[in-house]
Amino acid sequence: MYKYDAFDQQLVRERVAQFRDQTRRFLAGELSGDEFKPLRLQNGLYIQRYAPMLRVAVPYGMLNSTQIRKLAHIARTYDKGYAHVSTRQNFQFNWPELARVPDILEELAEVEMHAIQTSGNCIRNVTTDQFAGIAPDEVVDPRPLAEIIRQWSTFHPEFALLPRKFKFAVSGSSNDRAVVQMHDIGLEFYRDAAGALLIKVWVGGGLGRTPILGEVIEEALPWQHLLTYCDAIIRVYNRWGRRDNIYKARIKILVKALGLAEFKRQVEAEWAFHKDGPNTITQAEFDRVAQFFTAPAYETLPASDAGFDAKLAEDKAFANWVKRNVHAHKVAGYRAVTLSLKTTGIAPGDITDKQLDLVADLADQYSFGELRNSHEQNIILADVKLGDLYALWQTAKAAGLATPNIGLITDIICCPGGDFCDLANAKSIPIAEAVQRQFDDLDYQHDIGELELNISGCMNSCGHHHVGHIGILGVDKGDSEWYQVSIGGKQGNDASLGDVIGPSFAAHEVAGVVQRLIDVYVDNRTPEERFIDTVRRIGAAPFKDRVYADRQPGKQKVEA
Amino acid sequence: MSNLIKLQGADAHIVSADSWQLVRLPAAQEEVKKQAGKVVLFKLTGVASASAEQIAATELPAGQIVLPLPVFLARREDLAARIAAGEIGVWLESHELVEDLAAAQADLSALPLIVIHIERFADGRAYSSAALLRSRFGFKGELRAIGDVLRDQLFFLKRCGFDAFEIRADRSAADALASLKDFSEPYQGATVIDQPLWRRHARG
Repeated sequence: MYKYDAFDQQLVRERVAQFRDQTRRFLAGELSGDEFKPLRLQNGLYIQRYAPMLRVAVPYGMLNSTQIRKLAHIARTYDKGYAHVSTRQNFQFNWPELARVPDILEELAEVEMHAIQTSGNCIRNVTTDQFAGIAPDEVVDPRPLAEIIRQWSTFHPEFALLPRKFKFAVSGSSNDRAVVQMHDIGLEFYRDAAGALLIKVWVGGGLGRTPILGEVIEEALPWQHLLTYCDAIIRVYNRWGRRDNIYKARIKILVKALGLAEFKRQVEAEWAFHKDGPNTITQAEFDRVAQFFTAPAYETLPASDAGFDAKLAEDKAFANWVKRNVHAHKVAGYRAVTLSLKTTGIAPGDITDKQLDLVADLADQYSFGELRNSHEQNIILADVKLGDLYALWQTAKAAGLATPNIGLITDIICCPGGDFCDLANAKSIPIAEAVQRQFDDLDYQHDIGELELNISGCMNSCGHHHVGHIGILGVDKGDSEWYQVSIGGKQGNDASLGDVIGPSFAAHEVAGVVQRLIDVYVDNRTPEERFIDTVRRIGAAPFKDRVYADRQPGKQKVEA
Repeated sequence: MSNLIKLQGADAHIVSADSWQLVRLPAAQEEVKKQAGKVVLFKLTGVASASAEQIAATELPAGQIVLPLPVFLARREDLAARIAAGEIGVWLESHELVEDLAAAQADLSALPLIVIHIERFADGRAYSSAALLRSRFGFKGELRAIGDVLRDQLFFLKRCGFDAFEIRADRSAADALASLKDFSEPYQGATVIDQPLWRRHARG
C-alpha cells in the first residue's frame, strides 16, 4: 500500500499543528461556533448527541496492521474501547473529548493517518472496491489513481468550501463493487482494445433527500487527464451549484437543472483551459504511485489444498463460513476473507479495541500485514492462503468475527442513527438488531440467500437505504420514530433506487414487515432468483399487498 | 490600526496606509427571500446586484476609488480618463461573474485593484473568481479579499491568487499572518504554485 514520503508526512504534521491551534482558539472563545464548524468538519469532527464524533480517513479502505493497532490504542485511550467502520470505509470514534482530538490526530500522523476532509463541504475521502488488486474480475487496479486523487484533492484551495459535500468512488473491475453511480463523481477504469487505460466518468449521483443515480458525462477519458477534467467539473459546480438551499446544493441538482448535455458543454468549455496543464498526470508520477500497489510476495501454490478440502467436508460451520465469507482471488491458492462486523446484538460496523488488535495479528500472520474496510462495514483480509483458512477461522470465530453472513439478510448496512448521531430522525441500531434476531437461524438465512438490507436513520442516507434490496429509512413524525420501507434498490453495474412500499411503520413493526417481504419472495421465487430478481420480475405490488393486508385503511391515512 | 495584509513576494505585511476608497451603492429596498420560513442569505451566481436607479445615484468621489461592478459596467465610458490615470478599481460580490468584468474591460490589468467581497466565509465562489481572474484573464494588479475574511481561509485564498486580505475588523491581522504559512508544500497545482508537488520535487 501507499507509504508516506517526507512531503506527505510534513503535510499531516502541519495539519495537526493547524488544527491544534484552531481547537485552542475555539476553546478560548477566539473562534465562534459557526467559524469553527467548517474547520472541525474538514477534520472529521462532528459535535454529536453526547460527545464529538471523530471520523478518521481510510483512503480507499486500505490499512496496515500498524495502523489498526494504533486505532485500537486510540479506542482504549481516548474512547470507550471500540470504534466503528463507516459506510464510506472510514473509522469513527464516538466518544473523544474535543480538547484531546489534536492529540489523537498527532497519534494518527505517526502511522500515516489523518482525518482530513472526512466531512464538510469539500472533496471527501475517495472510496473503492474492497477487493481492489486481487479480484479475478479486475481490469485495472484502481488504487494508484485513487491515491493520486487523494493527493490532488487534499487541501485543494479552490474547492475547500463547495456548495455541499463531494464524494468520489472509483472502480476497476467488471462488476462494480464501489457503487460509482451513487457518487458525485464515479469513475470506472477500463482498457480499450489496444490496452490503453481509459476512464468512464459518471457525474451527479447521490443519495440523500433526492436520490439520483449518476449519468455518464464522458465515456472514454484518457487517464492522464483525470485531474484536469475533475478540476473543470468541480469548478463549474463551485460557481453554479446552489448555495441558497442545503437540500438543493449537491452537484446532482445542478446536473438535473441544466440537463446533462448543457452541463457537459460547460464542463468541456472549462476543461479546454485546463487540458494538458500542469495537473496532467505523467507516466512517471503514475508509475511512482503504482509501485506501492504491486503484488505482495505470493507463493506459488496449487489451485487446491487437500487439508482445506478435508476441513470443508467435515466441518459444516467452517463450510458455511467459507461459502459466505471467503472470496475468489486472482492468484491460485489464495482467497480473500471478510471478517463480519455484523454479529447479532452488536451495532453493525462496531469493533472493540481487543478485536482490532486481534485483526492486526491476523493480518500479520496470514495476509502480508494489510487489510481493508468495506463500505458494507466489514473488514477484509485480502491475501490468505487456502491452507491457512481453517486456523484463521478458528481464531476469528473465538473473537466473534466469523459470523457466516456476508451478503445475507443479517449483514446489514446501518448508520449509527439516533443513538449517536445528532442529525438522525430515528434510531437505526435497534432496528438492525430486531431484524437480525428475526432471521437469526443460519440455515434460514442461507436459504433466503443474497440480500442487502440497508438502514438509514435520516434522509442523509449514510446507510445507503436507497440502494438496499430492502431499504429502511427513519422518519420523524410528531416527535415519534417511524420507518419507511422500500424495495428494489440495488448497487452494482445495474444499480437502481428502491421504491417506497407505502405508509411507514412503528419501530416494533419493522422486523415483521421484513418477514412478510421475505415470505412473498420465498413463495414466488424461481430456484435461481435472489430477492432482488424476484422484485424486479413480479414488481412491488404483491409485496405491498402482503405487508398491508391486515392494515385498516383509516390507520394508514393517519400514518401517511 | 489597519487590518489589511498584503503579500510582497514571499513576505506578508500589515499595511497601514491604503489610499483606496470603497464606493457603495445607495441603499435600496431589498426583497427578502424566504424558504421554509428562513431568510435565504446566498445569492445565486449571476444574479443582478443593483438597479438602474442605484447605479445612477452612486456618487463617485475624487481620488482612488473602488466601484461596485454594476456601477463600473454602466459608467466606465465616462470614467475613461480616471481609469487611464489608475484611479479606478472594481469590486465584485461573490455571486457576480468575473466574465462580465472581463468582457467590458479587455485590458484588465489597467485596473490597479480588483476586490472581491466575501459576504460569508463559507461561500467558496470567491476562490474560483480569483483563480479565473489570474489564470484565465491574466489580471496582474492587486486582488483583495474583503468582508468575512478570516485567518483560517487565508492559505486557500492566497493559493487562488489573492494577494491582499482585509481581515474582518474584529480579528487581529497580526495573528492572521501566521496562517499564510500553514502548509509548506501543497500537493496539487493551483493558481499560485501551479505545478503539482510531483513536478516541483523528486519524490519517493
